Amino acid sequence: MSFLEVTAQLADGFLTTLLIFAVTLVCSIPLGLVITFGSMSKIKPIKWLTKTFVWIIRGTPLMLQIIIVFYGPGLLFGWRALDRLVAVLIAFVINYACYFSEIYRGGIESIPKGQYEAGQVLGMTKTQIFFKIVLFQVIKRIVAPMGNEIITLVKDTSLARVIAVTELVKAAETIISLKAIIWPLFYIGAFYLLFSGLLSILLSRIEKKLNYYSG
Amino acid sequence: MAFLEIENIYKNFGKTEVLKGINFSLEKGEVLAIIGSSGSGKTTLLRCMNFLEQPDEGKIKVNGETLFESGMQFSDREAREKRLHFGLVFQSFNLFPQYTVLKNVSLAPELLAVENSEKKLSRAEKAEIFREIDENSRRLLDMVGLSEKIESYPCELSGGQQQRVAIARALAMKPDILCFDEPTSALDPELTGEVLRVIRELKSSDRTMIVVTHEMNFAKGVADKVIFMADGVIEEIGIPDEVFGNPKSEKTRAFLEKSLENP
Repeated sequence: MSFLEVTAQLADGFLTTLLIFAVTLVCSIPLGLVITFGSMSKIKPIKWLTKTFVWIIRGTPLMLQIIIVFYGPGLLFGWRALDRLVAVLIAFVINYACYFSEIYRGGIESIPKGQYEAGQVLGMTKTQIFFKIVLFQVIKRIVAPMGNEIITLVKDTSLARVIAVTELVKAAETIISLKAIIWPLFYIGAFYLLFSGLLSILLSRIEKKLNYYSG
Repeated sequence: MAFLEIENIYKNFGKTEVLKGINFSLEKGEVLAIIGSSGSGKTTLLRCMNFLEQPDEGKIKVNGETLFESGMQFSDREAREKRLHFGLVFQSFNLFPQYTVLKNVSLAPELLAVENSEKKLSRAEKAEIFREIDENSRRLLDMVGLSEKIESYPCELSGGQQQRVAIARALAMKPDILCFDEPTSALDPELTGEVLRVIRELKSSDRTMIVVTHEMNFAKGVADKVIFMADGVIEEIGIPDEVFGNPKSEKTRAFLEKSLENP
């Protein structure tokens, strides 16, 4: 099989991998913030519920979560099964939102109390203090740990194959089992490397941009 | 009736009694210096006046209006309005690092102007208000001697400069009473002078100020009234000449002797 033929056969896999990556990122970044507010809530039941939820999600394999989201509703409640890709996306978004929420929490807690108090004595509302003063400083502090998670996400997308979603690894595997050639595996390996390499460059650009001030 | 009246303020943190019945009053345009060793409750008193802490008991009145009274309930919004009678300059400046010096000063007035306008502002009206705020911010920064630094970021400034920005920022909200919480304690000795000079210059412009300080000479030179606090009570209150020249309380005398030994 020629390089072009393999590429054409892998095209769907490429797209699915990119889709899982993009949707997860776009949805879990804001959802993570909501979870952070939950785990930092002054209302005890909300706080403990959120913390327990985060513990469960972070404490079990993402692969298991994908399987449960796909089979769970049908086996538990007799609902119609979700579309496979939708199930994968739900599991990914929830999983990553939980990881992100803990990174956010660390960032928010690292902002000195004086920043809040300065906002307070200037008559700002809590919302203004958060969005106008704290948030930006948090973003600057969490770019590096977020980068870590985002690069992990690139590779985690390969877990989607556990419920037969044809992402890149599954697409390549299909080819090698049919054609008995090995190089498509290295081909997709190179793709992951390139993808995460580009992300690293992008992230360090962002980091540099935020470095216009220190502190 | 005095401009500021503080009556019987009590504040506990758990079992620790920090303020045990504070009473004093201040006339408009007066400068009050609060001295005393660490842990005497000076900072807590300032924080109570700025509503960063809520007193357990007592009364705070400004210009006849009761801002706080024990048992008084108020919403977040009301608390914010009350707070604006006071301004506070922190020991550690607490500038917003991501904003320029100018934006540090103009941010809060801008937010308040947008929020306070009854109707949705048209673009032209908003521009007009923001222009006024911008002008006022520049004027204040000029007053504290930083007109050349308005586009700098706080991290590019010395501690003394940062504290002067913080003073301009507090003034931008036009507080009735401006409070300083040990404004020079975080500064290198050679930088305290420029900050104290700015505070001294503010006095001439008829502002009511409360300064918690360890700078005895400054307190002596600037204050109209001095309070010496010890263990959560006002041990001595009077004009600087009396408190520094002829202290009545034994504790005041001991404190002053010590602080003159290690200035």
